[in-house]
Amino acid sequence: MPRITFIEPSGSRRVVDAPIGVTLMEAAVQNGVQGILALCGGACACGTCHVYVDAAWLPRLTPREEMEEGMLECAWEPRDNSRLSCQVHITADLDGLEVTVPLRQGA
Amino acid sequence: MISTIVIVGGGQAGAQAVDTLRRAGFPGRLLLICDEPELPYQRPPLSKKYLSGELTAERLPFRHRAFYDEHRIELKLGVRAAAVDPRARRVDLADGEALNYDRLLLCLGATARRLSCPGADLPGLHYLRSVADAAPIKAAIKPGSRVLIIGGGYIGLETAATCRHMGCEVTVLELADRVMNRVVSPCVSQFFEQEHRARGINILCNTRVARLEGAGRIERVICADGSEIAADTVIAGVGAIAVTALASDAGLACDNGIIVDEYCRTQDEAIFAAGDCTNHPSLRFGRRVRIESVDNAFEQAKTAALNLLDRKISHDRVPWFWSDQFDSKLLIAGLSQDYDRQVLRGDPASRSFSVCYLKGDELMAVEAVNHSKDYMAARKLIAERARMNTAKLANPSLALQDAVNQTGS
Repeated sequence: MPRITFIEPSGSRRVVDAPIGVTLMEAAVQNGVQGILALCGGACACGTCHVYVDAAWLPRLTPREEMEEGMLECAWEPRDNSRLSCQVHITADLDGLEVTVPLRQGA
Repeated sequence: MISTIVIVGGGQAGAQAVDTLRRAGFPGRLLLICDEPELPYQRPPLSKKYLSGELTAERLPFRHRAFYDEHRIELKLGVRAAAVDPRARRVDLADGEALNYDRLLLCLGATARRLSCPGADLPGLHYLRSVADAAPIKAAIKPGSRVLIIGGGYIGLETAATCRHMGCEVTVLELADRVMNRVVSPCVSQFFEQEHRARGINILCNTRVARLEGAGRIERVICADGSEIAADTVIAGVGAIAVTALASDAGLACDNGIIVDEYCRTQDEAIFAAGDCTNHPSLRFGRRVRIESVDNAFEQAKTAALNLLDRKISHDRVPWFWSDQFDSKLLIAGLSQDYDRQVLRGDPASRSFSVCYLKGDELMAVEAVNHSKDYMAARKLIAERARMNTAKLANPSLALQDAVNQTGS
């Protein structure tokens, strides 16, 4: 199972085993990673599962689509490496991925 | 001293409350009672990806069981809370167990409004609120089966879209002259009606159901104008009612929801309530509201949980809602009941537009269709009580936040 590291807002590192096929958001939420709320459950409708992806990993992710782009633009402190974790699907390729959870979620 | 907290209801609000309490460092005994047997799970997918089979049952729960064990949260699943005795500070469960509490949080949710017409007791009529409700619907929606949906609201239309996607023949009956008439503006209704019709769904507005008929199970629906529609499966999505009996039986004031103050507290100082079941004040909108949404359940439960620990935090958020129907996404920020003007941004024909609701020049609500930027900006601007420049607002090439009236007049 791909192993993903979440750096929580408190600075602590949470390592989670994520089954292939689920989303990065689900892997975080089901394991209780702090700071990822994901209120809409992955519908790209709330902007509360925002993460910063370690830049080295960005090329391995499918690019952002328009809805996600619009959500992130008005999210709290968006950056070039911002993603909604509900839009990132876990693949074998992502074993070792590291993402940082922002201090706040939402608009 | 607060040593035991009991939470009744394992939906979004109840699941959030236990989480917040442990994260806030509550060290005592924490119990979550839920009449459904499943681990607390998400309801929104029930009419969408869960119904279509795209999302499997094991992906519905908010948390794995290990999370509850790790945080010493005692789950009592599949057990109904039968009564609350506020004087003794005790909850009696239907299985005979009695639980004493120092603080009680009621997250009772809402229940589907039932049809009352003749034939409403026939097999083949479904409501959709829980995983258990979804099971017979999932089994019934086979390619070619005739599905009739009563009610063109969120649940009705989302379910219609899913059933159509599964290959069913779908008819939607709506009492009003347009779908979602209580929650969106006419042009948004029209957009979604077109989306549904373009995919072969038969939407009949201004249509009242007179009775359901069939030999042993529903075979047809008879409308008030005498017309008949044959159906294999009927699903009613005609609104929801706050679940309040446990509270009202305990003597707590209820009126379209359990009455709570801005701190989520009921009349009893040891009993709080959160989520769909509450009638609560909205400071931002200046009136009492009952809101059925994931977001409100989450935020109110979080606030209530902290107030259970004797904090004093107001629940004051701008609500938001969403609905997925086919490949379109409806995103709503704010409450649109109190306004004097609507401003359209963009062209519905482009499939991406929004409708802004203004009271004077203050932004009260935004309905965004396939337009996440306006929606996210609106959530912030509505909370800030932003005043808008109408001419700029009507120009969709300007970002919503750039249509704020800078003069402050």
